[in-house]
Amino acid sequence: MSNEAVLHANVGVSGHDAHHDEHHGHHHETFISKYVFSMDHKMIAKQFLITGMVWAVLGGLMSVLFRLQLGYPDSTFPWLEDILGKWAKGGRISAEAYYALVTTHGTVLVFFVLTAGLSGTFSNFLIPLQIGARDMASPLMNMLSYWFFFIASIVMLSSVFIETGPFSGGWTAYPPLSALGDASPGSKTGMDLWLTAMALFVVSQLLAGLNYIATILNMRTKGMSMTRLPLTIWALFFTAVLGVLSFPVLFSGFILLIFDRNFGTSFYLSDIFLSTTNTALPNEGGSAILYQHLFWFLGHPEVYIILLPAMGMASEVLSTNARKPIFGYMAMVGSMFAIAVLAFLVWAHHMFVTGLNPFLGSIFVLLTLLIAVPSAIKVFNWLTTLWRGNIRFTPAMMFAIGFVSLFISGGLTGIWLGNSALDIHLHDTYFVIAHFHIVMGVASMFGMFAGVYHWYPKMYGTYMNNTLAYIHFWITLIGAYLIFWPMHYEGLAGMPRRYYDYGVWESFKQFVELNRFISTVVIIVFAAQFFFLFNFFYSIFKGRKVTTTNPWGSNTLEWTTPIKPGHGNWTGEIPEVHRWAYDYGKDGQDFIPQTVPVGDNETQH
Amino acid sequence: MSMFFTIAVIILVFLVIFQIAKASEYVSVLKGEEKSRAQSNKINGFLMVAFLVLGLIGVYLCNKALYHKTLLPQGSASVQGEKVDSMLWVTLILTGVVFVATQIVLFVFAYKYQENPKRKVFFFPHNNTLELIWTVVPAIALTVLVVIGLRNWFMFTSEAPANALRVEVTGKQFGWVFRYAGKDNEFGKKYFRIIDDAGNNPLGQIWADNEQFRLKADPANNDDIVVQQTMYVVKDKPVQLIINSRDVIHDVGLPAFRMKMDAVPGTPTTLWFTPKYTTKEMKERTGNPDYIYEISCDQMCGNGHYSMKGIIEVVTQEEYDAWLAKQTPNYLVANPPAEPAATPAVPAAKDSTLKPAADSAHTVAIK
Repeated sequence: MSNEAVLHANVGVSGHDAHHDEHHGHHHETFISKYVFSMDHKMIAKQFLITGMVWAVLGGLMSVLFRLQLGYPDSTFPWLEDILGKWAKGGRISAEAYYALVTTHGTVLVFFVLTAGLSGTFSNFLIPLQIGARDMASPLMNMLSYWFFFIASIVMLSSVFIETGPFSGGWTAYPPLSALGDASPGSKTGMDLWLTAMALFVVSQLLAGLNYIATILNMRTKGMSMTRLPLTIWALFFTAVLGVLSFPVLFSGFILLIFDRNFGTSFYLSDIFLSTTNTALPNEGGSAILYQHLFWFLGHPEVYIILLPAMGMASEVLSTNARKPIFGYMAMVGSMFAIAVLAFLVWAHHMFVTGLNPFLGSIFVLLTLLIAVPSAIKVFNWLTTLWRGNIRFTPAMMFAIGFVSLFISGGLTGIWLGNSALDIHLHDTYFVIAHFHIVMGVASMFGMFAGVYHWYPKMYGTYMNNTLAYIHFWITLIGAYLIFWPMHYEGLAGMPRRYYDYGVWESFKQFVELNRFISTVVIIVFAAQFFFLFNFFYSIFKGRKVTTTNPWGSNTLEWTTPIKPGHGNWTGEIPEVHRWAYDYGKDGQDFIPQTVPVGDNETQH
Repeated sequence: MSMFFTIAVIILVFLVIFQIAKASEYVSVLKGEEKSRAQSNKINGFLMVAFLVLGLIGVYLCNKALYHKTLLPQGSASVQGEKVDSMLWVTLILTGVVFVATQIVLFVFAYKYQENPKRKVFFFPHNNTLELIWTVVPAIALTVLVVIGLRNWFMFTSEAPANALRVEVTGKQFGWVFRYAGKDNEFGKKYFRIIDDAGNNPLGQIWADNEQFRLKADPANNDDIVVQQTMYVVKDKPVQLIINSRDVIHDVGLPAFRMKMDAVPGTPTTLWFTPKYTTKEMKERTGNPDYIYEISCDQMCGNGHYSMKGIIEVVTQEEYDAWLAKQTPNYLVANPPAEPAATPAVPAAKDSTLKPAADSAHTVAIK
């Protein structure tokens, strides 16, 4: 491991330290400044986490509701009308409500839970703690990023309660459907609110991302060269870079959409005649496909924005609990770098059937399948990390192993879909649903659970209950496979996604029983998440107290802080770093924290 | 009432599990951390292999239960689709082997290397040979898949053969309109602002000069045939679809033929394939007397998306010719000729949208 960056990092950090220590004595914290408008990265992390959890419950509940329709298309549930009113007349969810639920479920889970809830939580929590900084480069920007997210959440939530309903054209919001209120009631006010919420969300992401990058590059403690960073930090770093480069493109796409919706422009609109109003629109010359390019230029990196933090945390948790160094540290960093670069060059694989130029399509096939190589490297490195280790099955470790399993299962079907000739057949079928839910949805969720279980003692100074965690893990893992595995078969039968009812389709109505089975499992898995939620909130107050600063025997810096670190993280000097984060099992020692100087007769590697 | 009962039961189950979990935590505190960890390690290590074994059995059973419901056993109904299927099998075998191998390694390692105080961890931070192997091997495997895939891709997206039957498909909320070029084998020009559903011009064919939009009538329109819902194509004859949309983005999904293409307003797209079996033959092949080739809309297009269904009727050349002979060009349907002599025997009564006046005029002519 190299030492070059040591002196470099030192300058920035020491200046920051002096400034901070000055203020430490007379730092009065009121309820508002401590819990609401907090500038402590740890509190902001918790705010992101808990807001993300609220959204996860809402988004999950939405999936339960629309799965009820898919599983029991001919049954009625009178209580649904009690809850949803006109959206479920007679106890059956209307098509309009079904599409609104599907759309909101997608938007919320992708952006609010797996982007803000995942990287928002762990970037905030882990970056300063693991690089050895008192706080973020700009605590104020950090606070603002949360509150922009919060306002975005409020706006999104409010769209559920309006007369014409929330946006219902799918989370990708393709125009012209999303541009024309007359094409779908959900594209009226609901879409305005959706766009507003998403615009605010982009602002939140940019504030956050710039801050993360600045912090990682400038505020590492003495000795913490880039090549000594834990893989979590590398992952969060690439995540932030991806977000900063791609969210503005999404934003520009939204701006054009807002213009088309409200100011009569024709960026995306051309040749449209609406049967509902029996009129032709005056717009000519726009390209509906342009939006898809802008959307997927974020949309694909977004997949990695969601996945990379999970990969980073899984790496950290696997290594710590296997009591063995992560295998191929540089290869892990390199593969994440490759993924981050390639993430920008594969977006059109979502558009193979839009009439894309075949030559252009072939380039995207090549680049898409190329991205499987770094992914494969990562998997093999994780497996080798387990080999001849000494594995402790902490709940975090269980979820990290589950993450690897799901990442393999979902990643391999990506090889099917990335190959355009096969994608023609499988595009927009349940095969795609199965693929991205396993690899991006559930796998990332598992990464998030691993992170929460692992860093919970640092967050709250208490442990979560292990037995509940194990029950939670096994139900969720088994349930995830039971839900999504059979969907591959529905996809291989050509069953299209986003259908409210398959009753009139000769080819697809054969799956009635299977759909019912899947819906039943969905309900069980959703219910099992309450084990986690209850465990989480109960343990904050009543959990077993953490009595040692380093409960997992981990090497990274966050475990050198007090059990419940205050604002500023370390009470005295920030510790100096002398080695990489993965000296587990070296020279017969169980673990050697990063703060321990390298001994004279230590073996080299 | 039963509702409250169910909720009460669920809460009760939760509470019981929670109490057990809480109790087990106290027990583990009493036992000491090391010992309780050893115990939970043992249980979870066992569950890991159990999950692997039961999971793989589950995969097998799932396949047994569902394979026959997929499109694979009945084979592709188009010549091009055979390539899709064979490529699918190659990909399946390749990824399947990797799947089984890596999952076995993952869970077996988890089981085998669970904590054992006697084991000394093997300090193994990196190994260039290994890393090179698992960079190069996947790269080679993927190259093979890319080569197969691109060969097919370029074949599917190539120009349709010159003898292909051309059908224009237009998607609208929520149905399909098909247009055949008629005798001149040329589609007449159209313009979306003169679309007139009530006036029998769902595509906006320009068959009269239009001052407002400065359009000139295109006589190629006069023999174009427009039908809704069901499209007729010929067995063993390539068919090219020219795909449009009238309002939002739709998608012509043809799972039986392994084909799919978006319908984008303002940007026509195409796809072509060669049907292998007539609908009748397909009924026999699948053993399903109700079998039909369905066109599913595969791109979210509004609240009626799920019901946007079209039908493809694959027939023999003779049947097709017979069907075609019975069709009236849309121009004549919409503009019934005033001069009866000009139209020899047009079976107009077939089309229900005809105005009664036109109908009676026709009856007079035949008399």
